[in-house]
Amino acid sequence: MVGYYIHMAARSLRRNPVLTGLMVLAIGLGIGASMTMVTVLHVMTDDPLPGRSAQLYTPHIDPLPLDYKQDGGGPDASDNLTWPDAMALLTARRATRQAAMAGGNLLLRPDRAGVRPFYVAGRYTSADFFTMFGVPFVHGGGWSAADDAAGAQVVVLTETVARKLFGTADAVGRTVRLGEHDYRLVGVTTDWAPKPLFYADNVGNQYSDADQFFLPFSVAVNQDLQVSGNQSGWGKDESASKRSDTTTWLQFWVQLDTPAQVAAYRQYLVDYSAQQKGLGRFQRPPANAKLYSLMGWLAHENLVPTDVRLQLWLALGFLFVCMVNIVALLLAKFLRRSGEISVRRALGARRRDIFVQFGVESALIGVAGGALGLAVAQLGLWSIRQRPDDYARLAQMDASMLLGTLMLAVLASMLAGLLPAWRACRVPPALQLKAM
Amino acid sequence: MQIRPILAALRRHRMATVLIALEIALACAVLCNACFLIAGRIDAIQVDSGVDEASLATVQLAGYENAHAVDLNARVLAGLGSIAGVQSVSLLNSIPFGARRGTAGITTDMAGKHFGGVVEFYVGGPGSLSALGTRLVAGRNPQPDDFRPFTALMPDDASVQVTRALAEHLWPGADPLGKEFWLDKSHFRVVGVIDHLVRPDPGGWPGDSRDWSVFVPAQSSVYLSGSYLLRAAPTDLPRVLRDARAAIAKIAPDAVLDQDGTQTLGDLRTRSFQKDRAMIGMLVGVIVALLLVTALGIVGLASFWVAQRRRQIGIRRAIGATRRDILHYFQTENFLIVSFGIVLGMVLAYALNLLLMTHYELPRLPLVYLPIGAAALWLLGQLAVLGPALRAAAVPPVVATRSV
Repeated sequence: MVGYYIHMAARSLRRNPVLTGLMVLAIGLGIGASMTMVTVLHVMTDDPLPGRSAQLYTPHIDPLPLDYKQDGGGPDASDNLTWPDAMALLTARRATRQAAMAGGNLLLRPDRAGVRPFYVAGRYTSADFFTMFGVPFVHGGGWSAADDAAGAQVVVLTETVARKLFGTADAVGRTVRLGEHDYRLVGVTTDWAPKPLFYADNVGNQYSDADQFFLPFSVAVNQDLQVSGNQSGWGKDESASKRSDTTTWLQFWVQLDTPAQVAAYRQYLVDYSAQQKGLGRFQRPPANAKLYSLMGWLAHENLVPTDVRLQLWLALGFLFVCMVNIVALLLAKFLRRSGEISVRRALGARRRDIFVQFGVESALIGVAGGALGLAVAQLGLWSIRQRPDDYARLAQMDASMLLGTLMLAVLASMLAGLLPAWRACRVPPALQLKAM
Repeated sequence: MQIRPILAALRRHRMATVLIALEIALACAVLCNACFLIAGRIDAIQVDSGVDEASLATVQLAGYENAHAVDLNARVLAGLGSIAGVQSVSLLNSIPFGARRGTAGITTDMAGKHFGGVVEFYVGGPGSLSALGTRLVAGRNPQPDDFRPFTALMPDDASVQVTRALAEHLWPGADPLGKEFWLDKSHFRVVGVIDHLVRPDPGGWPGDSRDWSVFVPAQSSVYLSGSYLLRAAPTDLPRVLRDARAAIAKIAPDAVLDQDGTQTLGDLRTRSFQKDRAMIGMLVGVIVALLLVTALGIVGLASFWVAQRRRQIGIRRAIGATRRDILHYFQTENFLIVSFGIVLGMVLAYALNLLLMTHYELPRLPLVYLPIGAAALWLLGQLAVLGPALRAAAVPPVVATRSV
């Protein structure tokens, strides 16, 4: 029966090619615009580290004094940890793996003739960083916890930087001059960068930033290297050093494998805060300590710019207008066929049959509109990729979005066909037959 | 033209009429707000920087040791100054549309009780203000002995020039000359007022606060180094900047040229408004698509009604209606539906604006956008209905007597 309906629908649509074209065009434009923005939002809120993200958590404690005033537009000072707190969490080893980290820009001075010094962005971190995040190495590996403790002068570079520096990626053991110091190269990673760079402080372009070097953060503290993230202090002494217990600048991530571990770690954070409060260092309630999951932290950070949200709402509003348009057109079209409906009813068709018949016709418009919508969305995504924003290059459609587009188109057109089909099946046959 | 029979006919197609009116209402609401958003972005893009953008470029250096900063400044000023076509080279910490290096909150009393707002400090060496080409409206430009040495982030005592917008904000109605303000312990006295000098990042500031800038004269120092202002004739500028980039390698082998920051002011300006331009493009695209779809909806429905009423049109023609009468009938019908939609649309436009105000910190929609949106939709409706209405007018009276 459905085959017959499809045949009938195709005939009916061909009878008014202009009207059919208008409806397909409307649904295609609406779906195309909406799916462009939905895709952008989808890639921006996607899992940056699939397979590992479920075990990754970031602890947050509140070391701020009671009278600390949060600057309206400024960064939240308790988003990061102070050095003493990070060291305490690091040495307590309550999680499977844990690492403290902060970003920095350093001047790289190549030894090779003809290569001018250039700035590289990278991360000061601790040994577990590489195993916890699963950073893939091309040569060598990360450093050890002993290197962290000793403040060893070691560095890990990405493949691109290593090649630029030495002409080859296989350069483990060679010396790298970063800023004013020499470091021994212990490992070369692939050009690895989660999108967004979830573990970085929320100041840069987290969708395009990538770390090009990794140094032990104990070295960064010892040598007082430049830090690129937020550094918020509330101490009385102006000469806030990196070791100060009133300056937050470190991010901290832990790996917790089981729900029991998560609960235990959460309790540990509260206990630690209570202990520090007992010592008189903290003033705020220990219950302020929080443990965010990776996706929870990204939701909290809210990296999607307001312009993108505004554009999404605009696109969805446009789709809604298109749908209202199609409802009106379908209504006119279906009711014009009152005579045909009445004949079918008189010959024994039930109301439900009429309803299904017109439902199939709307769905057919949806399929055609969805195909057009896909083309429009590809065009839209291409235009997004030309934008200067840091997320622009990520704007690509994956299989799930492709399927979603078609589904949404069919769903939207069937929804639009609902009211006209219902009205059509309520046409009183006797009156129409008499008029014929 | 009688409206009563038209209304009676519309009542027979209540659902379709309401739907088309609803579509027009939504289009009206989005149109008004989108136009308002576009106007806001255009206003931001067209901000008056107050400087001779076409003649200016900046050279940014980094990676040198602090101990060599003053020596580096002397070498760069002399070296770049000798490039053919360069009118002047001077020290300036930040630049409109470039990196921001002197944003700070000031107070209008020494104790720090009366907060004056967050302003931009342009700290510049001799010749930098005249190179910028700002226009003095009161007081005086910096004199040679205004440029003093300093050893902290900011000079601790200076005679400064402020923009007219900042003077109006700090001392409304009063003569700003001789007035004082403080940044922590640093003390500043106003000796001149300049017409405009925009912040490096005007996009992030509302209204007149885009122009809250202070020019602080100072001498070469660790805290005023590595950032230079080049002035040349507009036609020479690209070539001069190319030469300057090449010369830096010889003049300052100990420093690293910031390739990204070393630009002409025109290029910096274009770059800093790229996102606004993208947003305008998107909004214009939405408006065009929305109007197109609305027009197509009207065309589709009107065509359908014309086809449906062929016999009635024929009968009307047979009993004496002229083509003009039929044409006017459909035009009036469209006008009524669109008007109904517009009335609803104005309410929706206002509601949408309230929503945007709470979520996106947008200002209130000025009322002038409503009649503009209404006129646009009336025009659109009449254009869209013209084709179907002409087809209706062409229906011959003989149709009335044919085929029952």
